[in-house]
Amino acid sequence: MRKIVMLLLVGLLLIGSSAIAADKVVNVMHGWPGEQAPAFQKIVDAFEAQNPDIDVQVEIVGRDRPAILATRLAGGNPPDLTPHPWIGLMKEWADNDQIVDLTGLVDISDINPALVPIGEYNAGLYGLFIFPNVKSLVWYNPKAFAAKGYEIPNTWYELLALCEQVKEDGDVPLSIGLESGAASGWPGTDWIEDIMLRTAGADVYDKWVNHEIPWTDPRVKKAFEIFGNLFDRGYVLGGEIGALTTNFGDAPDALFTVPPMAYMHKQATFIAGFINDHFEGLVAGDDYNVFVLPTITPQATPDGSVPLLVSGDVVTVFNNRPEVIKFAQFLTSETAANIWSTELGELSAYVGATADDFDNPITRQAQEMLLSASVSRFDGSDLMPGAIGAGAFWSGVLDYISGVSLDTVLETIEAAAQDTY
Amino acid sequence: MLHTGRWRSWLFVGPALLLIVFFLVYPTIMTIARSFFGRGASLFGPNTEFVGLANWHYIFTNNIMLTSLRNNTLWAVLFTTCTVGFGLLLAVMLDRVRYEKLAKSVIFVPAAISMVGASVIWKFIYAYRPVSMEQIGVLNAIVVAVGGQPLGWLIERPWLNNICLIVVGIWMWTGFCMVIFSAAYKNIPRQLMEAARIDGANEWRVFRMIILPLLAPTAAVVATTMVVQVLKIFDIIFVMTNGNYGTEVIANRMYKEMFNFFNYGRASAIAVVLLILIVPFMIVNIRRFAAQEGGR
Repeated sequence: MRKIVMLLLVGLLLIGSSAIAADKVVNVMHGWPGEQAPAFQKIVDAFEAQNPDIDVQVEIVGRDRPAILATRLAGGNPPDLTPHPWIGLMKEWADNDQIVDLTGLVDISDINPALVPIGEYNAGLYGLFIFPNVKSLVWYNPKAFAAKGYEIPNTWYELLALCEQVKEDGDVPLSIGLESGAASGWPGTDWIEDIMLRTAGADVYDKWVNHEIPWTDPRVKKAFEIFGNLFDRGYVLGGEIGALTTNFGDAPDALFTVPPMAYMHKQATFIAGFINDHFEGLVAGDDYNVFVLPTITPQATPDGSVPLLVSGDVVTVFNNRPEVIKFAQFLTSETAANIWSTELGELSAYVGATADDFDNPITRQAQEMLLSASVSRFDGSDLMPGAIGAGAFWSGVLDYISGVSLDTVLETIEAAAQDTY
Repeated sequence: MLHTGRWRSWLFVGPALLLIVFFLVYPTIMTIARSFFGRGASLFGPNTEFVGLANWHYIFTNNIMLTSLRNNTLWAVLFTTCTVGFGLLLAVMLDRVRYEKLAKSVIFVPAAISMVGASVIWKFIYAYRPVSMEQIGVLNAIVVAVGGQPLGWLIERPWLNNICLIVVGIWMWTGFCMVIFSAAYKNIPRQLMEAARIDGANEWRVFRMIILPLLAPTAAVVATTMVVQVLKIFDIIFVMTNGNYGTEVIANRMYKEMFNFFNYGRASAIAVVLLILIVPFMIVNIRRFAAQEGGR
């Protein structure tokens, strides 16, 4: 008995001393409660193995993180750094001098140069792009497609024709899920953004995101109408109410039931995690696969290629301490990017990453798109100020789909925008 | 002697007063002041210029704010009438039932569930699945079973979804009202009712002429408490619809302006509106309470 107690005490002492040895602490807050949490932890472990004198403490906040960050900032107690997708919010923090300009502090040579500018603002660098997501993907079930003889559409008209075909066969073409708790509506904003890129082009898209054209602009209106048209034509599972009440994470489920309740689902690369979670044993490429949401007006891009909607996480630093900068630097490294993409099948922002690095056929395809797209734009709702991008735009999409007249919807968003920008 | 007495009473009241000033008076004054300034976080930071009545103007002209005010009114009327009405009815009726305690406990249970928990439960009850799928929501399962089309209970505006949300509130708070009414009812001297019955009054007359007048002060307190409850209503909306589809309420709007849009000035103005709306009911409540205490 005594021996055991002694052993325990020695053990405790060892644990205690190792904690004391790591006298430098980095506090990280992230918003991945799910399967990404262990993957991120592996990155942390790799960093700590290289830097035994630094202790990285991870705090996971799965919901309402902007609100919690705002409170912590107001209380003078923010985490040291946080990966997040809210570029609009990042700019507000920068305006308030609440975050660190990383220019010259961090070597950005590991980050894909095309992705670096997303974290830049007012000649400063406030976000290090680390984990990209491709949003313009349509997910489908290849076996179900083969059984019916359906083919991958290359243009919007082919997509509509395919939808019509599915409908004529007595099935439902599209599954859309707009519900996401307090963030409901965001999957709809992705649709609108993708359609804007494909009809109005990237320049107009930028103007729209920066509110240099009003929401009542006919080009914005057209994008909403094209989205709404999918419902009017009866292509959406459960119709308007079905889309409004289906959670975004459950929406792809309809593709994998027997017989399939729907044939296509548009969502970013991250949705693979939900599919694998809901249906064990599905094989990427064989049981589910992706194609890029086709062009609508080919003239919208200079070379007629498919524009790509991208999102992802940037690292923002609140406290400028050497160990914090060191960890931020590490997050941009090849090691970190590799852990993230091998663990999760996610894409890589590492400068040297090529499509061939990935075994997962979907990751390979998406990474290829990310690297080769001639026109790509970051998720507009994340770029807009919160009151629009995480407010009026979300509720506007929901209002529109639930039957409010489009003019009213756009005027409401425009009023909110005029009052925010 | 007199002087030391006064000094001593300040000594006793002092700490409480200090706490109230620090945690209640100071924040209230700051919030009121803040409602006349811009969106920035700190009064001395950026974006906090004096904006006069702009935040107030917004509250009474913006569409979503007007919807919130309308919905809070709807809540105040429907929720208060139903909780107070059902509470009273149940208190009086269950008094004659054999399993009174059990029945009352069952009705009171929702009051013990957290608001968020209850909202999640009801979200399942109202759940919608397309016709081709199996319904997981009780209500839609019943509708489909009798041959109907599933309904988007929380989507259909402007009445169905708001009423569905108010029902959740009623379900939660009726038990509370019932318990208070029940206690007051049991305090009514039985002789009064018996005397009336001997004089030939029927049950309805007893209820109307004796029970009701004697319960009126309690009803007033319960009703004002319910109105205050409703003006602050937040959790149910936040969890179930987040104010979408025309179900927005004042408190949820305040939360959004504050924590999602970081507009401190506007959020403060909305908070002050809530305060102004609630204060009269609090005064009524306190007066009633004081009168009751004094009457004893």
